[in-house]
Amino acid sequence: MNGFANPAAWVHLDWVLALVVCWLLIGVAGVFTLRRFRFVATILFPAGGLVALALLGVALSAALDVPEVAVLPIGLPQLPFHLRLDSLSAFFLMVIGGASAGVSAFAAGYFRKGEGTPPGLLCLEYHLFLASMALVVIADDAYFFMVVWETMALASFFLVIANHRLPEIRRAGYLYLLVAHIGALGILLCFGVLQANTGDYTFANMRAQHLNPFWGSVAFVLAVFGFGAKAGILPLHAWLPEAHPAAPSPVSALMSGVMLKIALYGLLRVGFDLLQTRLWWWGVLLMAIGLATALFGVVFSTVQVEMKRLLAYSSIENIGLMCAGFGLSLLFSSYGMKTLAALALTAALYHLLSHAFFKSLLFCSTGAVLHATGERSLGRLGGLIRYMPWVAWPTLIGVLACAGLPPLGGFVSEWLLLQSFLFTAGLPSSFLNMLIPVLAALIALVAALSGYTMVKYFGIIFLGQPREEKLSKAHDAGLRERAGMLWLTAGCVVLGLFPNQVIAFIDPVTRLLVSAGLAETVATQGWLLVPVSIERASYAPAIFLLGVMASFALAYLLVRWLYHGRLRRAAPWDCGFPWQSARMQDTAEGFGQPIRQIFEPLFRMQRELPTPFDPEPRYRVVVEDPLWHWLYLPVAAVVERLSRLIGLLQQGRIAVYLLYSFLTLIILLLVVKR
Amino acid sequence: MSALGIVSQLLAIVAALLLAPLLTGWVNQWRARLQNKSAPPLLQPYRVLHKLFNKESVLAEHASPLFRMAPYIVFGCMVLACAIIPTLSTDLPLSSAADAIALVGLFALARVFISLAAMDVGTAFGTLGARREMLIGFLAEPALLMVLFCASLITKSTSLTTIVETLGHRELAIYPSLLVAGVAFTMVSLAENARVPVDNPETHLELTMIHEALILEYSGRHLALLEWAASLKLFAYSCVGLALFFPWGVAQADAPLALVLALPALVVKLAMGGILLAFIETLSAKMRIFRVPEFLATAFLLAVIGLLVNILLGV
Repeated sequence: MNGFANPAAWVHLDWVLALVVCWLLIGVAGVFTLRRFRFVATILFPAGGLVALALLGVALSAALDVPEVAVLPIGLPQLPFHLRLDSLSAFFLMVIGGASAGVSAFAAGYFRKGEGTPPGLLCLEYHLFLASMALVVIADDAYFFMVVWETMALASFFLVIANHRLPEIRRAGYLYLLVAHIGALGILLCFGVLQANTGDYTFANMRAQHLNPFWGSVAFVLAVFGFGAKAGILPLHAWLPEAHPAAPSPVSALMSGVMLKIALYGLLRVGFDLLQTRLWWWGVLLMAIGLATALFGVVFSTVQVEMKRLLAYSSIENIGLMCAGFGLSLLFSSYGMKTLAALALTAALYHLLSHAFFKSLLFCSTGAVLHATGERSLGRLGGLIRYMPWVAWPTLIGVLACAGLPPLGGFVSEWLLLQSFLFTAGLPSSFLNMLIPVLAALIALVAALSGYTMVKYFGIIFLGQPREEKLSKAHDAGLRERAGMLWLTAGCVVLGLFPNQVIAFIDPVTRLLVSAGLAETVATQGWLLVPVSIERASYAPAIFLLGVMASFALAYLLVRWLYHGRLRRAAPWDCGFPWQSARMQDTAEGFGQPIRQIFEPLFRMQRELPTPFDPEPRYRVVVEDPLWHWLYLPVAAVVERLSRLIGLLQQGRIAVYLLYSFLTLIILLLVVKR
Repeated sequence: MSALGIVSQLLAIVAALLLAPLLTGWVNQWRARLQNKSAPPLLQPYRVLHKLFNKESVLAEHASPLFRMAPYIVFGCMVLACAIIPTLSTDLPLSSAADAIALVGLFALARVFISLAAMDVGTAFGTLGARREMLIGFLAEPALLMVLFCASLITKSTSLTTIVETLGHRELAIYPSLLVAGVAFTMVSLAENARVPVDNPETHLELTMIHEALILEYSGRHLALLEWAASLKLFAYSCVGLALFFPWGVAQADAPLALVLALPALVVKLAMGGILLAFIETLSAKMRIFRVPEFLATAFLLAVIGLLVNILLGV
């Protein structure tokens, strides 16, 4: 860092800080223009998007460069803020910049007057949220890390309760805050273990410590707990499906697309960078939790009837897949199998990147639908592709990416993940050797189920006939919303079609964390993605797409040339049934019914079935998360009982409190005397 | 990429496009014979395609562009699938673009599009069919992947051409893992191609149909493309089965003579496979839709057992 006086000599870290300051300034400007809604929407949010783009550019160039460190002389005396920008930080800055550029543009058109918090204040919270996320990934000491981590949690909490007049939204926000702080406790303790009684909380010092296996394991488990709570892994996921529907859509997009990844950043930083020891069972633990989370998330997302809840569960699934990849990489790395560790880590990071884009895109689409129709329940939507094509078609791309279909981004990561699970032979433990290829089956099942979910999501919202009268008056997204969604769509497509170029930016990260990378093997192959060797496996999404498109075009032209292109519009056929109505389509509940039947033991269901004699027959089914009843509510009951016991101490009379002080004094005197 | 490679690639695509309806016709003919019915002519599927292409397409009033695009996309997917499977030769330039996992992805892409298109018009049968198709899909896809992984673990590769080259060049031996996987594969293919124990390609009883319900709203050239795509899918699955379990007779690189011989070998193998399929269809009864998950779960478990056998025994 060469000082801010000479901009020509600025290094990447200076630029990142400058951009973060820009975000904060935009936020402050929002406070001063609290009521000037137009200014906020047309100037401030798009400016925030441009800053995000600049951040993406800086991060791309920093990813391939050497780490940079800096010390900011602010904060408490004797405790300056340490900053460090290495390839891992740069990769996550890429995620933040890339996804938030689109979300900011969308948010510019999304926030309206008269919906809870005024837009000016939202602008402050939103940009504070972005800035704190960027600072989390460049923090280089535990103190600064916790400060910005908490800023991030609080900023997002206030964003979640933007519409705070509704009690269920306040409830969701409270749950989120609670889990976030339980997680933060875990992280704090983890840092406490990592500094190993030296009293020096810089990450550089933590890296220098060699913990014994016991304390290393304690630190790792605490990190999984703490960061897992924020990322939404089982069983700390419960806040996610509550907070996402409560938050405004761009905020859900940022939380799901970016903030969950920041939690994974913490896990990577601690598990792969700060901890010098690696034990094989850490990898197995992370992989097991990840796969359980993925399966749980996807099964629950198929049966949801509320569009944002469906996406929230789908995020849980994706986080689980990423954790599984990290766990596998840790396992390989603990046995010194660097290339395979790099392959698994690349797969997980690739998935992280593409999830940031497609999930942000899908949450933005729910926002556009919500604004156009005022409905968030899938059962009241339908047929919107005809009224909102600018939302529907980008969403289709996002849906295909989320379902892990070629040639889009989700498939590349799934492909790499399956490759890394498949070729594990050579692990010293024969049990693991046997188990891991079989786990690939689980990954395949999760991927196939996410296809089911996505067909349900897109099909019920955008296809079919409108299930309500008012839907035919739905308006399409505005210009800024379109721009944001198109940027995110472009991200999904680029990530799908140019895996080799993307892996070049992931390579420095895997080199840093597991000291091996894929870039060299990949770079020699041109358009083919070849992770290990060409005989083993290869995939070329661009050629793949070209093949399908060429067959499409040839079929289209040949049919018209050899035969004809005549077309007639008529009423739907439907086996000749003339009284077809929108109510006869499958509902969201109906679409999830096979899954409810197959995975019945996983759910907690309440059914209300009509009898033939009901004058107004009613069918209702409520699917609940069993973990609420097995874990959360019992824990809550215990906490409540304890607090009631402690509450006995509070008598509200000054004499009693004086007695407490007196007793404390006497006990202290006794202790000190001894 | 050699000139011969391009020739064999084009030959593979053309052979697939022409042989696929023939295979469907062959299966239909044998099925009718086994059921003591008078059999339709072998070339009947071509006539049907010709008839449908000649007719005008009738589209539902509110059908979206997605509905019109879907048949072409599904057809394109199936053509690409047939192009990457080593049917005649393993010298396929396109096959390095997509391996076994991408092949499963390709089938999934086609399935998603046909299901979305079925939901587009918004009829009761369309959405019902879409739901059932996705149900079968999510159960069959992992099972198919596991079958392919069995072969991958033997050959240390997920590339279809390498799998066939490696398997085809070993001395004749029975791999226990492949034997189990073969049974699983047969079950999966029956489900995926809408064949009798799971679905009936000839049914028009509304409540029992899956594939027919999906394409109920299509007519004219769109229906023709979908029918053609369905027979290409059957062809592709048969060829994957042949490639994994009977890989002999497929030409290698730089062997023009073998390429000439590969076509009759393929036709003979397909004819045998078609008769087997007709037998299975005649001998089994269609099951209720909620027995299908059990059927496919069995296939999935068999494939996983195959994988375990492979890992434990090393063959």
